[in-house]
Amino acid sequence: MLQLLWLIPALPFAGFLALSLFGGRMRRPLAAAVGACSVGLSALVSLLVAADFILFSAQDPASRVYTQDLWTWIKIGAFMPGISLYLDALSLVMVLVVTVVSFFIHLYSAQFMEDSEGYSRFFAYMNLFVGSMLVLVLSGNLLLLYLGWEGVGLCSYLLIGFWYRERVNGNAAIKAFVVTRVGDTALAIGLFLLFVKLGSLDIQSVMNSAALRWQTGGVLPTLAAALILGGAVGKSAQLPLQTWLPDAMAGPTPVSALIHAATMVTAGVYLIARTHVLFSLAPAVELAVGIIGAATLFISSMSALVQHDIKRVLAYSTISQIGYMFLALGVGAWSAAIFHLVTHAFFKALLFLGAGAVISGLGGEHDMFRMGGLKGQSPLVFWTFLAGACSLSALPLVTAGFYSKGMILFGAWESRQAGFWLWAAGLVGAFLTSIYTFRMVFLIFFGELKSPMTKKPDLRETVPLVVLAFLAIVGGFIGMPSFLGARPAITGFLSSVLPSSVQMGGQKETELLLETVVSIISLAGIYVAYFFWLAAREYSREIAQSRAGKALGRFLFSGWGFDWLYGKLFVAPYKWAANANKNDVVDLVYSFIAGVNRFFHFGLSLTQTGKVRLYAAAIALGAAITITIAVVFR
Amino acid sequence: MMLVWLIVVPFAGGVLAWSLSRAGGRDIASRWVSLIALVIDLFLVAGLWAGYSVRLGTGALSLPGVSLPYGKWFKEFKVPWIPQAGISFHLAMDGLSLLLVTLTLVLGVVSVAASWSEIKDRTGFFHFNLLWTLSGIIGVFLALDLFLFYFFWEMMLVPMYFLIAIWGHERKLYASVKFFIFTQLGGLFMLLSILGLFFIHGGQTGVYTFDYTALLGTAMPPATAFWLMLGFFIAFAVKLPAVPVHSWLPDAHTEAPTAGSVILAGLLLKTGAYGLLRFTVPLFPEASASFAPLAMALGVISILYGAFLAFGQTDLKRLVADTSISHMGFVLLGIYSWNRIALQGTVMQMLCHGISTGMLFVLAGAVQERIHTRDMRRMGRFWEKAPVMGGVGMLFALASLGLPGLGNFIGEFLVLLGAFMASRVMAVIASLGLIVSTVYALWMVQQVFHGEPREDWTLPDFHPREKGISAVMIVLIVWLGLYPQPVINAARPALENLRKVRAAVLMQQQEKGGAEGKGGPNELR
Repeated sequence: MLQLLWLIPALPFAGFLALSLFGGRMRRPLAAAVGACSVGLSALVSLLVAADFILFSAQDPASRVYTQDLWTWIKIGAFMPGISLYLDALSLVMVLVVTVVSFFIHLYSAQFMEDSEGYSRFFAYMNLFVGSMLVLVLSGNLLLLYLGWEGVGLCSYLLIGFWYRERVNGNAAIKAFVVTRVGDTALAIGLFLLFVKLGSLDIQSVMNSAALRWQTGGVLPTLAAALILGGAVGKSAQLPLQTWLPDAMAGPTPVSALIHAATMVTAGVYLIARTHVLFSLAPAVELAVGIIGAATLFISSMSALVQHDIKRVLAYSTISQIGYMFLALGVGAWSAAIFHLVTHAFFKALLFLGAGAVISGLGGEHDMFRMGGLKGQSPLVFWTFLAGACSLSALPLVTAGFYSKGMILFGAWESRQAGFWLWAAGLVGAFLTSIYTFRMVFLIFFGELKSPMTKKPDLRETVPLVVLAFLAIVGGFIGMPSFLGARPAITGFLSSVLPSSVQMGGQKETELLLETVVSIISLAGIYVAYFFWLAAREYSREIAQSRAGKALGRFLFSGWGFDWLYGKLFVAPYKWAANANKNDVVDLVYSFIAGVNRFFHFGLSLTQTGKVRLYAAAIALGAAITITIAVVFR
Repeated sequence: MMLVWLIVVPFAGGVLAWSLSRAGGRDIASRWVSLIALVIDLFLVAGLWAGYSVRLGTGALSLPGVSLPYGKWFKEFKVPWIPQAGISFHLAMDGLSLLLVTLTLVLGVVSVAASWSEIKDRTGFFHFNLLWTLSGIIGVFLALDLFLFYFFWEMMLVPMYFLIAIWGHERKLYASVKFFIFTQLGGLFMLLSILGLFFIHGGQTGVYTFDYTALLGTAMPPATAFWLMLGFFIAFAVKLPAVPVHSWLPDAHTEAPTAGSVILAGLLLKTGAYGLLRFTVPLFPEASASFAPLAMALGVISILYGAFLAFGQTDLKRLVADTSISHMGFVLLGIYSWNRIALQGTVMQMLCHGISTGMLFVLAGAVQERIHTRDMRRMGRFWEKAPVMGGVGMLFALASLGLPGLGNFIGEFLVLLGAFMASRVMAVIASLGLIVSTVYALWMVQQVFHGEPREDWTLPDFHPREKGISAVMIVLIVWLGLYPQPVINAARPALENLRKVRAAVLMQQQEKGGAEGKGGPNELR
């Protein structure tokens, strides 16, 4: 079955090709079928491959890796990145998450996009997106990974700007591509450095020779890891390149689900986990990863707290949850980061799809303050959304988010560097998370009914919601902490790729204590949300109306002024300068030379008057000057 | 003899096309004549490719003493022309020339197809000029006698001047004169250098010859070598073009008819790069080595400044023209990095820039043919009316910004990687080009295809002929992006030869210079 590996990325690409070549002539159901089936089949193949792989690797530790070389891409001397796929436990987890979640998002889109124009174009882009992401996670070398990496960047651009008629959508799309490209450029320079210093771009051989040749804390590993981190913060929307993600809401809602859950933003987390050897060699950068994660987590949770647009809350929430994953990576809890990536993919996709159902049910209303009391309108949407919200807020014991977040916080606590502070930051984040999450739930589903839902989801939307809700609840059981059972399954499965730097055994009491703290924090957050946005709305209004509250609200609402800062610092000056230099200042030099020539040309032609008297006078004057010079300088 | 036919077929086709129209033939006749001439030539090249694939290996390169036989040519043709002055009609082809000649013919066919309905005035003379330019370009890519090279160099210039001056747009006279003065002046510097080299070599050996292989390894004082090298460099840098001698380009490209722009951007610029690769560096290795840091810096500046200029434009064609400056900056950077990877990247970038920018000019021409303006402030939301055009525009904008999977990425990545080996700082600064190119490319798409419609145009989508051109170009650019290895293999022997010759010349000159002869800076290794 493993030989089928190439089909996993190939199927979505085939779907893309079919849709972009013949999509214009396809009827809508056919386009949707092609789009969803290509990803569905890819998911099916992934499951087959996974079954085969797990059975294999369980029996034979030597075959924990499967590689498939498709063709030579470039070969110049020692530089020979191939189009080759590489499957190990880490990429398998990623492949499963990407294909399965994406399939349900595609299925959902079949109904959601029904009334939109460009139906087949939408599915073409979505397929390309999934295909690129699969190349990214399956690539055996960094150059092919870079291809997938840029591919998802491109697709985010195409999909965010999908409704191209509106200027704002186009701007948001350009912003997403350009900001992530800043990170990509850092990554590209990182690739140059790795190839020049280690002589290869094959991920495994780069990691092996880095571990052999480079000293821990040396300049080269630090530089290389920092450059890779640059790429990761761009794609994963972390400080200081997080600004593109909230604007990415301009795209259709399923796109947000795809970008935020299964693809794109998780790429940075995957990349760091994939190159974790380098980060272990560069403790300073690793610490920076953790600090960036913690800071992003805090900043974006605060912003999520004051948003009105339901999708923007979810966007900031994504940034902050990725912050968690970075925090985990920063403390060396690699598998905890991947675990959270998995559970986050489930519940965030679910929340976006649920939000989409609400939005389209209310005729395109995004403002949560104009919603309310929708609980009875569509119980299915309510209950599934609630499942996602609980998972996001890490409701104790019954949700997937609880286990993954708990594992991260435990990892932070146990880590040697800055452990306590990162743990504390994570805890604050958990508190804020459950506040903004349940603020959303209470505003949308509770209270008085403001406007009824006019459009109810059909089977194509409800099936994904139910399945994802199921996964958002039980998906965490693969990572049960040790005090509840055996060693977490996910950690064990990933251990062949990601060594756990955190000792999980022997500290069951600490772990139990920490999990209890998280549980209390989570519940406290929900209560705060209940108090301010359901039980005593007037308090939250009062705070928001006070002068300090207004100013703070504006500041947080705008995402801490980063857009403003970058606008002043980069965008406006560049635009101004380019516009001012439209006619190319260098050309002035040549125009000047040409001008001087013309000046003399006209000047001299003026003397050509045809008047003999003037000519005679000029000759006489010239003769006089010549004679004078001759006499004086004799 | 095959090589002569390559030049003669378009040459004769041009004469035929013109005489047909003078004899009162219909316009369509000269179009078909040109197309058929180029297709015949393309078949000749295909024949060469078929023979080339089995002769991939480099010939053994023997470098005994002073005379430097230049490896093994894939095809060679040499007859005395003006023996009294040491001038011979010497053509030769290796993988590099073969690739560039192929590109010339592909883009030649594209330009004929793109002017099919655009050119209605003096069609016969138009095609005469078009084919003579192409014939001159092929000559430039094949000539191995410096006098002959200069001859072809001028031969492609004059018909190009007419193409712009007669069939151009609003400011065609200004643009064509500017183009002519810039390139002609550059060419004169080269002529001086050629003559200087001719007399120095003759004075030393008693053999007065313009033959490239004989002139390789001519010993001369470093200062002389530097000035002669500079003469060549200026001519080629103007053609390339590199900042600060680039400013003829936006005008010429903008005002030229579509076919003119395609040939200018796709091919004429490549002759500059080809000249640097074939002549400047191998003839003057030491001087080039000491000049390399400056040349690389010019390349980096061109990359960034070209992209910056492009972003400021409101004229669609001018925007595309300015991107050429940026893309050719990569070529300059790659040539002066002179390692295996950078040179392969350079060749790749030359081919892909020809295709991608050529196609963008076809697109800009198609837009102008439909709405009679190039002003992007009057465009917007073209996707709605012309989705195929939009898709093609999007794809080639993406190629322009170096998206992996499309050919330009291979070129840019290899150049940057090779440059990184030669000079970290240069490569890192040049990498910023990836960001600024994204900005202008997406800006262009936004202005033309997305957003609000600024005016209500009747805008028919691509018709079958334009779809055909697009399909060929898309296949080429995707193929080069995903499976560039055949091109890399084809270029390898030629590039290895150039590298070996340069290294041998360098070594030989250093031996002559004795212990005091110092090696060039390590940028050019």
